[in-house]
Amino acid sequence: MSRIDVNKTYKLFIGGAFPRSESGRVYEVKGANKKFIANPSLASRKDLRDAVVAAKSAHSGWANATAFNRGQILYRIAEIMEGRSEQFIDEICELEGVTSKAAKIQIEEAIDTWVWYSGWCDKLSSVTGSLNQVSGPFYNFTSPEALGVVAIFAENKPSLLGVVRTLAPVIAGGNAAVLIASENYPLSAITLSEVIATSDMPAGVVNILTGKSSELAPWVGAHMEIDGVDVAGLSKKQEEELRLVGADNLKRVFRFSSINHPDRITSFMEQKTVWHPIGI
Amino acid sequence: MSGFEYANAPESKAIANIDNSYGLFIGGKFVNPKKGKSFNTINPATEEILSKIGYADRLDVDLAVKSARTAFTKIWSKMPAKERGKYLYRIARIMQERAREFAVVETLDNGKPIRESRDTDIPLAAAHFFYHAGWADKLDYVGLGNKPKPVGVVGQIIPWNFPLLMLAWKIAPALAAGNTVVLKPAETTPLTALLFAQVCQQAGLPDGVVNIITGDGVTGAALVNHPDINKIAFTGSTEVGKAIARSISATKKSATLELGGKAANLVFDDAAIDEAVEGIVNGIFFNQGHVCCAGSRLLLQENIADEVLEKLKKRMSLIRVGDPMDKNTDLGAINSAEQLKRIQEISNTGDAEGANRWSPECKLPSKGFWYPPTIFTGVSQSHRIAREEIFGPVLSVLTFRTPAEGIEKANNTMYGLSAGIWSDKGSKVLWAAKQLKAGVIWSNTFNKFDPASPFGGYKESGWGREGGRHGLAGYLTSDVKASK
Repeated sequence: MSRIDVNKTYKLFIGGAFPRSESGRVYEVKGANKKFIANPSLASRKDLRDAVVAAKSAHSGWANATAFNRGQILYRIAEIMEGRSEQFIDEICELEGVTSKAAKIQIEEAIDTWVWYSGWCDKLSSVTGSLNQVSGPFYNFTSPEALGVVAIFAENKPSLLGVVRTLAPVIAGGNAAVLIASENYPLSAITLSEVIATSDMPAGVVNILTGKSSELAPWVGAHMEIDGVDVAGLSKKQEEELRLVGADNLKRVFRFSSINHPDRITSFMEQKTVWHPIGI
Repeated sequence: MSGFEYANAPESKAIANIDNSYGLFIGGKFVNPKKGKSFNTINPATEEILSKIGYADRLDVDLAVKSARTAFTKIWSKMPAKERGKYLYRIARIMQERAREFAVVETLDNGKPIRESRDTDIPLAAAHFFYHAGWADKLDYVGLGNKPKPVGVVGQIIPWNFPLLMLAWKIAPALAAGNTVVLKPAETTPLTALLFAQVCQQAGLPDGVVNIITGDGVTGAALVNHPDINKIAFTGSTEVGKAIARSISATKKSATLELGGKAANLVFDDAAIDEAVEGIVNGIFFNQGHVCCAGSRLLLQENIADEVLEKLKKRMSLIRVGDPMDKNTDLGAINSAEQLKRIQEISNTGDAEGANRWSPECKLPSKGFWYPPTIFTGVSQSHRIAREEIFGPVLSVLTFRTPAEGIEKANNTMYGLSAGIWSDKGSKVLWAAKQLKAGVIWSNTFNKFDPASPFGGYKESGWGREGGRHGLAGYLTSDVKASK
């Protein structure tokens, strides 16, 4: 008899731990071949709140870590992912129904994206800040600072790259993230959480939920401790509804094109300007 | 107090040529509103009517937007950037030439001391045009890639506290980036915007690049909701800012919002106390406290609180309240009866909630709208006067024991526009500047503004920046950000 596989239980990632949904709810994810793959958690509003609490408490430590340190941890994620390539490739093939060659290209691009954003961490204020020449005896400078807690709705496909190109810029700038995986293609996001958990990333900086975007989007929009949202995985209609309720705390809501760009980092940052007199 | 009294030093009104009535400035011409409605603008220091102002309704707004769209597609977006810049230089120069006239009109319409309109508002407004003129042909260096595109037609709505300066903050970057604008000045302070329309005519600015429509909140809402507007730039209350965010949530319009504040002004025990007292006074009593970034929450380190308060009260007794046209006046008139009522209402909750009110003795004129410089001590963080924007010459004083507690109290607000730090220790100043959640940090100074310096808030104080490279970027489209 051939060996029976030990299948993985796909769980949430909140505050560095892997809990099931407090609601006990799950939903079925099938592969491209329509066969059962997993029963990931169907995150509840309470799970979202827990994730935001974890993110909020992790934020200041992460934002105040040196940019060099943040860069090293993002690079560490790339290193660990490289070693886990096979697992990502298998999951992508099974779920997206693409060839292993296509899956390999996707993970390589995802790893390179981590490396690219890793290098941005300690160059942001040089490139996007400024020393302002004001008309008077003042030293005046502007530099970017993390927003706080940013929620991300990941795209469906590419299921791994879509997660990485939204998540990496958000945390590169010092934010803590709550990422909502694609409803139908969540496996790469969950496996990525296992990578993050072993990459020296402080617990709570990245939190990953699985479930229904349609259910979670209004809750994200209305949550007053969420400061920004990347709506990549939401429909136009869902985005509009989120913007409407998100106005209650003036959430910064963005949708980006697929290119990697420092603007994706600084969109979720504030620019702080400091004045000080010059004189004796 | 004995000593020398100040003699009257009134500025002359003669230089201000205020017409009896003004139309709307659309397509380079002053035109009458379609429905012929109008409203009066008054001098808040005397309650005299200054002029009759055209009231723009939806039809007029539509004409103005059409005029701006035509100017955008046919002229302004096609013009070589360096020529666009030259128009802005011309505007800056004419504003400088007519600075005295602008200052007088601003003070008459707004109630702010002539010293402030003359030395702050008008020179800064002209400087904004001069600064942005130089950007017009250098947009490739803003940091958004080569040849960034303008947003299109921008609807701009500004408040009454710095009428011409807010106009300059809005129009100068918009035009430099290649946009055309429809601007609505505040209902109570339309005059300098209409004077500015004349400057546009004198500068030969192509028709329709700048359109100025006067009216009230309904006019503003019509502008926000006009389907052919690409972007809204708004300065005003957080409440209205949120309403704008909601009304554009299902559109492609983008927005920059400069909203309210409740700035903490932190005085540490190693501060130069006399300088700090000057800074506290400037922080809250500049422009009658009608400043979104006013230092309205004074946070004193406990061991120096008594000393600072004693000196502050002494200094406040020297504040000269009265005729805004007098060059010696420090505190002018409250801008409107409505605003005075609002200041009174929130301040009265300070008494009701148990804080202690103090004002120096000062005689207030019998006509016009006035409020004495006021401080409340014994304020706790939950008091309304510690949480809500009063937008008047009213200071709430709280204390803290450790620097960490000071920062925590400073950040305990939904706002995040500005903050002040007073300390003679460099490392502490930079530490505090890093901890404070606010877009503008004034350390050992307060209420400083410059066209090269980005201004804008964290949290519910708004979206985006105005001024500097960061402000300009808000009027250009980005490769990576989807247009919504």
